[in-house]
Amino acid sequence: MEGRFPGRILPYALLFPSIAVIAVFLLVPAVEALRLSFFEVSPFTGRGTFVGLANFRELVRSDIYRGSLSVTLLFAVGVVALGLAGSLAVAVLASLRLPGFGVYRTVLLWPYALSPAVAGTIWALLFDPSTGPVTVLLRAVTGLSPNWMMNGTYALAVTVVAATWKMLGFNIVFFLAGLQAVPQELREAAQVDGAGAVRVFWRITFPILSPVTFFLFVMNSLYAFFEVFGLIDVMTQGGPGGATEILVYRLYQDAFIAARWGIASAQSILLFVMVGALTLLQFRLAGRRVVYA
Amino acid sequence: MEAFSRRWTALAVAVGVLLIGMPAQAKTEIHFWHAMTGQLGTSLEAQAKQFNESQGEYEVKPLRKGNYAQTLTAAIAAYRQKNPPHIVQVFEVGTQTMLMSGAVYPVYDLMKHYEIPVKWNDFIKPVVGYYTKDGKLYSMPYNSSTPIFYYNKDAFKKAGLAPDKPPKTWKDVEAYAKKILAAGAAKCGFSTGWPSWTMVENMHATHDQPFASKNNGFGGVEGVELLVNRAFGQKHIGQLAAWQKDNVYSYGGRGGAADPKFVNGDCAMYVQSSALIGGFTRGVKFDWGTGELPHWGAPYRKATSIIGGATLWVLKGKPEAEYRGVARFLEFLAKPEQQMWWHVNTGYLAISNTAVRNLEQGYHFVRNPKQYTAFAQLTGLPPTPPAAMAGKKAAPAKAERVATANSSGLRLGNFVQIRDVIESEMENIFAGKKSAKQGLDDAVAKSNALLKDFAATYKQ
Repeated sequence: MEGRFPGRILPYALLFPSIAVIAVFLLVPAVEALRLSFFEVSPFTGRGTFVGLANFRELVRSDIYRGSLSVTLLFAVGVVALGLAGSLAVAVLASLRLPGFGVYRTVLLWPYALSPAVAGTIWALLFDPSTGPVTVLLRAVTGLSPNWMMNGTYALAVTVVAATWKMLGFNIVFFLAGLQAVPQELREAAQVDGAGAVRVFWRITFPILSPVTFFLFVMNSLYAFFEVFGLIDVMTQGGPGGATEILVYRLYQDAFIAARWGIASAQSILLFVMVGALTLLQFRLAGRRVVYA
Repeated sequence: MEAFSRRWTALAVAVGVLLIGMPAQAKTEIHFWHAMTGQLGTSLEAQAKQFNESQGEYEVKPLRKGNYAQTLTAAIAAYRQKNPPHIVQVFEVGTQTMLMSGAVYPVYDLMKHYEIPVKWNDFIKPVVGYYTKDGKLYSMPYNSSTPIFYYNKDAFKKAGLAPDKPPKTWKDVEAYAKKILAAGAAKCGFSTGWPSWTMVENMHATHDQPFASKNNGFGGVEGVELLVNRAFGQKHIGQLAAWQKDNVYSYGGRGGAADPKFVNGDCAMYVQSSALIGGFTRGVKFDWGTGELPHWGAPYRKATSIIGGATLWVLKGKPEAEYRGVARFLEFLAKPEQQMWWHVNTGYLAISNTAVRNLEQGYHFVRNPKQYTAFAQLTGLPPTPPAAMAGKKAAPAKAERVATANSSGLRLGNFVQIRDVIESEMENIFAGKKSAKQGLDDAVAKSNALLKDFAATYKQ
């Protein structure tokens, strides 16, 4: 274990590329965003007037921003709850040694490999208000023909389902790996003691899965906050009436459509703080209940 | 032997490349960033090509940079990096942003500097007025349109309505829609494209109602506020919401999202940009016609409509010598024959009176009466084209619409965001989540915050 680097420079030289990339693409923009958030910036000249906390004050008071925040929370709760429950259920089924289970496992991973734009297009077509297969089927069976994209509640529900589906493959892979780590003997012992399948699952399998579940809980929360921009842009553009306008999309609108760099930077800082706090909270509260077997 | 010939071939290719490259290097490149796609993009490129072939000094290079918003953002970024395009196409809602940017070489000054005479007075007023500040035209009008009324003649016939008489008032629209629905000729009466532009901005203009204070924003940046939550706005949007319940009206989304509703025959009537005439001519299977925007009648005056579309802005920061080429290109675009060509190929308006007159004398409007609707509505003339008479001058037609301060255009900062806010609130109203008053009040409050924010940015 005493394999040390010859000289002091080499380790730094080896680290340099990664540090340089992080500095150029993460640190510098982050510092710049923090600086801009205290300015009102004129788009063309880039010159700004220092406005102190005015951008943040405006955001906190803004109905649009508060609306967007509550949409984001609803969206995140939906994606995380539906995503974890759904993928755990599918993973349990996929872990059964049914004929052809290798094929199922492979196919289940596919959605994760799709780009958000493609996934969004697929779901937008499925739920198209006049020609979508789901709409047509529903109309044929029930006679109802809901306009998914005009009703805020439906639109949010459809985007939650689409976002969940997109992340399903990722979740299933981790749950499958976790399920394989559950010792067979424990389950058999419980069965011998007379526990039913449900009891075995909740008392043995689920606690052993808890580190994986916690990891996925954090990952899915981050995903719901940061990575669904493409999906929203393709499916609803934040509409109808701002019903699917999550914070990241609001930020994009202000930064890249309206060129309001100051207020957009303030939003990125707020978003960073909120997600940071959320993750910490998750580690504090949920992290304690995790059993690292 | 083989190696020898290969070497010769390489040399020949090198010389050839040099020869091809040489004339291109001698020409000064003029970069032109735009947002046109499909048929419109092809027409734009054809126009640039015509200009390039018409002279030997300058080469206009069109480059599509995405949609309007993306093109503007790209131009802003390029300007800050000190490498802007010479010309950028900006949509009408970005006008105030461009005017306040300090990054613009006003078209009026440019043409004056290079002593290129352009008869600005010959241009249609509502178009030029939208982009004029302190009596100077700041950007070159390029693709302009105005919302008009489209209707399905087959559905009209099926419902026992006269196929050559589009509704003139909103009361007519309601009555016609009910007849059409009763006859089963369509599933909905009418729908709309670009909801804020057609149903809020243009309805205020054509009824001579102010959209915003300070003369619709033309009077300055400081203290401008939206006025769309007044009695007229509430009446019109409230009526749309009520009609939405019995399918007289069917909201179909933003931009062109509702186009399929008209094209596939679901809705018998449609309010959308006049620039869609070309697309509908190719894509619509049934017999259709156009009419002017419906009106609520007294006590409101009947005023001209306002335009939409985009103009070409010349950006500062390029070498002095290259601006002569930019001026030459704009001069080329301003020629009546180019205006006519552009109008016939894209459906956008020809914007000089000479071009319109030439089109008329060529019986263009007699053969394409649909194309005349927008001109009539913008100039206030009667909707039927005066038949062109060789030699004889037709008696001047009496104006049916007045041009007022409220119908000359809108000049608001953060207008892109304001439209987004208005359309969001319209969606809330149509979904029954808010009353018309509540939704419009909220739209005004949110928009006023955006206007205040814009004024603060440019105060300095």
